[in-house]
Amino acid sequence: MVDTIFRPFRQSEAERSDRSAGDRLRHRQKIRESIRENIADIIAEESIIGKSRDRVIKVPIRGIREYRFVYGDNAPGVGQGNGDSQPGQVVGKSQQDGEGAGTEKAGDKAGVDYYETDVTLEDLIDIMFEDLDLPDLERKALRQLEAPRTSKRRGYRQVGIRIRLDKHRTVKSRIKRKFSADRRRRNAAAADAAAADPTALTALEGEEPIELENEIEEGALETRALPRRFPFHTDDLVYRHVTTQMRKESNAVVICIMDTSGSMDTMKKYLARSFFFLLYQFIATKYRSVEIVFVSHHTEATEVSEDEFFHKGESGGTFISSGYQKALDIIAERYHPSLWNVYAFHCSDGDNFDSDNTAALKAAHELADICNLFGYGEIKPLGSRYYESSMLNIFRRLDAENFQTVLIERKKDIWPSFKAFLAKDKQQD
Amino acid sequence: MASWTLDDLAYWDAKIREQVDALGLDCYPQEFELCNHNDMLAYMAYSGIPSHYPHWSYGKSFEKLKTLYEYGMSGLPYEMVINSIPALAYLMRDNSLCLHILTIAHVYGHNDFFKNNFTFKSTRAEFTIGTFKAHASRVRSYMEDPSIGADKVENILDAAHALSLQRRRNLAVKKLSPHEEREQLRANALPPHDPFKSVHRRPDYVEPDLQKVPLSPEPDLLLFIRDHNPYLANWERDLLTIVDEESRYFIPQIETKIMNEGWASWVHREIMNAIELPQELHLEFLVRHNQVVRPTPGGINPYHLGLKLWTDLKRRYDEPTRDEIRENGQPNKDGMAKLLEVRETDRDQSFLRRFLTEELMREMDLFEYEPKGDDLVISKVADEEGWRGVKEQLIRGVGMGSIPVIRIEDADFGHKRTLYLVHDHDGRDLQLENAEKTLAYVYRLWGREAVIETTLSGKRTLLTFNDRGFSAKSLK
Repeated sequence: MVDTIFRPFRQSEAERSDRSAGDRLRHRQKIRESIRENIADIIAEESIIGKSRDRVIKVPIRGIREYRFVYGDNAPGVGQGNGDSQPGQVVGKSQQDGEGAGTEKAGDKAGVDYYETDVTLEDLIDIMFEDLDLPDLERKALRQLEAPRTSKRRGYRQVGIRIRLDKHRTVKSRIKRKFSADRRRRNAAAADAAAADPTALTALEGEEPIELENEIEEGALETRALPRRFPFHTDDLVYRHVTTQMRKESNAVVICIMDTSGSMDTMKKYLARSFFFLLYQFIATKYRSVEIVFVSHHTEATEVSEDEFFHKGESGGTFISSGYQKALDIIAERYHPSLWNVYAFHCSDGDNFDSDNTAALKAAHELADICNLFGYGEIKPLGSRYYESSMLNIFRRLDAENFQTVLIERKKDIWPSFKAFLAKDKQQD
Repeated sequence: MASWTLDDLAYWDAKIREQVDALGLDCYPQEFELCNHNDMLAYMAYSGIPSHYPHWSYGKSFEKLKTLYEYGMSGLPYEMVINSIPALAYLMRDNSLCLHILTIAHVYGHNDFFKNNFTFKSTRAEFTIGTFKAHASRVRSYMEDPSIGADKVENILDAAHALSLQRRRNLAVKKLSPHEEREQLRANALPPHDPFKSVHRRPDYVEPDLQKVPLSPEPDLLLFIRDHNPYLANWERDLLTIVDEESRYFIPQIETKIMNEGWASWVHREIMNAIELPQELHLEFLVRHNQVVRPTPGGINPYHLGLKLWTDLKRRYDEPTRDEIRENGQPNKDGMAKLLEVRETDRDQSFLRRFLTEELMREMDLFEYEPKGDDLVISKVADEEGWRGVKEQLIRGVGMGSIPVIRIEDADFGHKRTLYLVHDHDGRDLQLENAEKTLAYVYRLWGREAVIETTLSGKRTLLTFNDRGFSAKSLK
């Protein structure tokens, strides 16, 4: 006969021990790192561009798989049928079912799916911009916009929420109280020959003591065995007080100008939109009060809504100057450069009508004069560069410090050129 | 809440143990711990070990299990047993009484198997819990050491985990000492005995290379690297040892999955039928039992396959058919004695080879499939000409058969301290992405170029990982 023991379930133990917490945390960190490393690929995916922020997207995770030497796809396996299996029947798809022999099947299948994780676009954008800063906006004279800013510390209170408990001050005030209590007891002992009455102590403490969160049962027992226990009291607790403040912010406006002429094919438009999308998301992440203006142009320019800007296609010839002129008009009308920081960015394939080049250069000069930063992005999908005209050559003549050009040739250029665009502005400061 | 008490469990446990003794099982002392579903998920993530060293892969495994569980894609196991003395098993608090009785009976099956099967002899079950605890505290001490830190530890563990199953499989075969190995090489180099020596030309004596490292191809990757890379720090060596010891502990369980689960299922069925359950419990038992041992269409359920084999084996000794008697003669022992003998002396591969008959395979409709394009297509079924092929394929894939055999051929290839590995190709190619990444881990641990010779789509190929990264080239 063997011995058998049953150990009952203990609620307290189950609640106290979350042994995988540390490993789970580390795993999540690794996912985040992996997303960050592959961000250039992920954000260039079509499915992300122009989507709303709370959308959940699937992101492939690399780098946190556990690799081993395993057999590949050509390995045959053995399975069990319903009694009528015949050679030649199809029993599944490779990749999904084909991993190894049957015994470990379920695990493998789930494993493959698992390497895609769900992230909201908002999280993704946060990760993306974690180590980027918006160029410092020049302080303009008049500050109009107010942005609420939280978490300004304002002194201490005796009440508050747990998370704002200031442990250091709490402990200090307990020690203070302990010293004074000790002194009183010594005085009492000196006055009265009899030893200090423990009931006097409890009376002195008054209310029910609260225990610190990590004080476990066994620990409590031990302390009780010690001669004198001096627990925390509600009066000891000190909470940080936090107020919300309004803060004045500089006014900024970002003007996005996009060429929507016929020569901008789907691929080019897509690249341009990706870039603007990043710019827009980035600014919306870092600043609460920034205005954004969307201008699309072919031979004529119109101001459009965000939705139209990202989703609508047009056709026709190209007068780049028209887009710039529209931007200048809008600035003159609504965003006077003495009050506003103006950021303008233009995306085009550079395929401008020759007759317009002089006008475009002139308008670009004007824009560069009044903008804090003016950028021009030329979209030239690989291979098309040699037989199409380029505005890059023409803009080379524009000699302004706050003007800069980027060349986007393919999807993976978007992220680096975006970073370069922001870096340029930083150098100026 | 629960419709049962600990006393109920103790009552049924006593009844079950009577049956355990009646069957002639021989168990370690048993300990059951009741836990909730969160604990169960955690135990699963850490392979049941109560104190395991930390590594993110267990966090990942936990999240995965939890997601699958919460989406209802997989249930939790009814039971989890650890090969230790006393054998430690977890019971889930939320389960019904019937499920607990079933689980307890099942656990004794595993317990008996752990104690008696030959593959588990080398696991030193009495030290299991202590060993894992010691490992955990050593790994933690390295992580907390300011001169090492968690990142460096993780770096080594990542690489070591990737190679942990690249080791010798049959733990019952003794590893030769360098001295014995040299003796053997010398003996092998001597010409074989030839009765017509006088008329034959004397064969040339080829002197064995006794300076080579390793002397003969070495399957223990981690231990070899530990002993032969002089640049590893002591803590790094210790981590490699820890990972290797853990995989040594788990290998018997991998090697006997079908036997072990089949045995426990057979034992619980026998016991449950013998302890006279009240009717409603018995009905629930039948439902649960069928859920566990039903076949997985298109795959292999080890519970199902194992149970079939054990049942058939007992029948062949207790009630042999006339054909069987003609073929094998009158059985020389009763069925139970045979079962007890086999559960001691076999592992999955030999078990299937010896006891999986054509009739059984046909009954279960086993087939072999091969990838063709995007589809998996049945290539052989268990008919007269196909069953041997299907059986061979099945045997090749069970236990450690699903892990490629890779050995260290030379630790100083080209006199550049390049580590030369050879994959023992058996028709199944390595998965290239995995091979590349794993080779990078070999390089990380070895510190110098690592090379693996393998066959990809019929061509001998050399995969290399060195300071310039990964490359592959075909050999002539």
